[in-house]
Amino acid sequence: MHVVIPYVIAALLFGLGVYGVLRRRNAILVLMAVELMLNAINLIFVAADSTIRSTLAGVQPEAWSHPAPEPRAGAIFALFVIVLAAAEVGVGLAIILQFYRVRNAIAIDDIALHEADDREPSDRVTT
Amino acid sequence: VTVADALMLALGVIAVGSGTLVVTSTHLVRAGLYLVISLGAIAGLYLVLGAELVAWVQVLVYVGAVVVLLLFAVMLTRAPIGPSTDLDRAPGPAVLIGAGVGFGLAALLADAFHWTRYDLPPTGTAERVGEQVFGAWVLPFEVLSILLLAALIGAIVLSRPDLGARLDPEAVEIPAGTPSPDPVAESAAVVARLERISARQDAAQARIRQAAADERAAAADGAGTADEEAAGRTTATLDPEVILKSKAADVVFGAQARRIRLGGDEPPEPGQGRDDVIEGTATETAPPARRSIEGTRAERPAIEGPPKSPAIEGQADDDQPALGDAGKKDDA
Repeated sequence: MHVVIPYVIAALLFGLGVYGVLRRRNAILVLMAVELMLNAINLIFVAADSTIRSTLAGVQPEAWSHPAPEPRAGAIFALFVIVLAAAEVGVGLAIILQFYRVRNAIAIDDIALHEADDREPSDRVTT
Repeated sequence: VTVADALMLALGVIAVGSGTLVVTSTHLVRAGLYLVISLGAIAGLYLVLGAELVAWVQVLVYVGAVVVLLLFAVMLTRAPIGPSTDLDRAPGPAVLIGAGVGFGLAALLADAFHWTRYDLPPTGTAERVGEQVFGAWVLPFEVLSILLLAALIGAIVLSRPDLGARLDPEAVEIPAGTPSPDPVAESAAVVARLERISARQDAAQARIRQAAADERAAAADGAGTADEEAAGRTTATLDPEVILKSKAADVVFGAQARRIRLGGDEPPEPGQGRDDVIEGTATETAPPARRSIEGTRAERPAIEGPPKSPAIEGQADDDQPALGDAGKKDDA
């Protein structure tokens, strides 16, 4: 097996995710692009876990981190990243839906980063 | 090139191709479905790489839950079915940075690993992963579970505006009478379609009613009723089975005619104080509601029954379908 194949696939997927995050205006599509990036990271984790270990034959693993003889740390990291992605999507969609309910818009260009910028200049009260 | 290489190449082409469609598609729903294909191909890559549990968790959590959640959000934000034109920004810097990151990382990794062959490890079973998770990684696992719980509670708190809301003294106050957007009023096509369906139902009812009236008239002719001068009393001489049938038909079609109409013709009563047409016509027993029903019924072509059974026409307007002149005179 040539390990460069999954690495290059992961790199291209990460580039696609970056492109999607920068290009898309719709917040849900931005979340989809973030999912692509997270999957690229997962692919790197799993590929590294499957291959680098075969080159580390004879290297003594640290006793505190590998009590079991067969470390699968990459796969476990991938599982953790999947859980993180699930939590991120839950909170992100709650924010998006709440924003849609309040402003009736979903384009992230419409989001005012400072609440004061949202009002008319005549409405601003200088204290 | 081994079998694993060929499999990884094919799955990678699928993953990258559908990933490209995810970030370029103009259909929101299609972007979500292409994301399913891309994530499924990545799950296949995990299988080839020997991480079996991760592959199935990917299918379960990503394809099963996350994408469904995204599609729910697409629906809840009333995304259009067709292509959208305002999904993208100007492509210039995004293409530059995305291509730079993607091809830069690819070149870096290709330079680091070249075309080196590695032996595939034995397939990792769930047992080994479980030993690791609950052995070496038990503390991050617990922290992660607390994080997941916090994220879920946060999502609930975020989506309930009444929790932890503070009054902003500088907030722009929305007037209380601001109407919420009505989904029916938003689209004229929906209203037109509902009216078309209603007209078609009315035509079918009129046809069936006419057929029943003709049949009843024929039956009355066959019976040879003597008291033709008493035009309203012919039903007394009819077969009781026919009367029962017509009563049942009036119950069925009368209920059909009294169904709730969306967007009724008559404006609601000013005394009700509501601009909701559905509520106005739904209450049958109230006098204004009955008036509005009669108003809509009067539009359809009146059924001219045969002279021997004039009691048939207009009976569906009544609350209690009654056959015979007594009931009709009461209502008249």
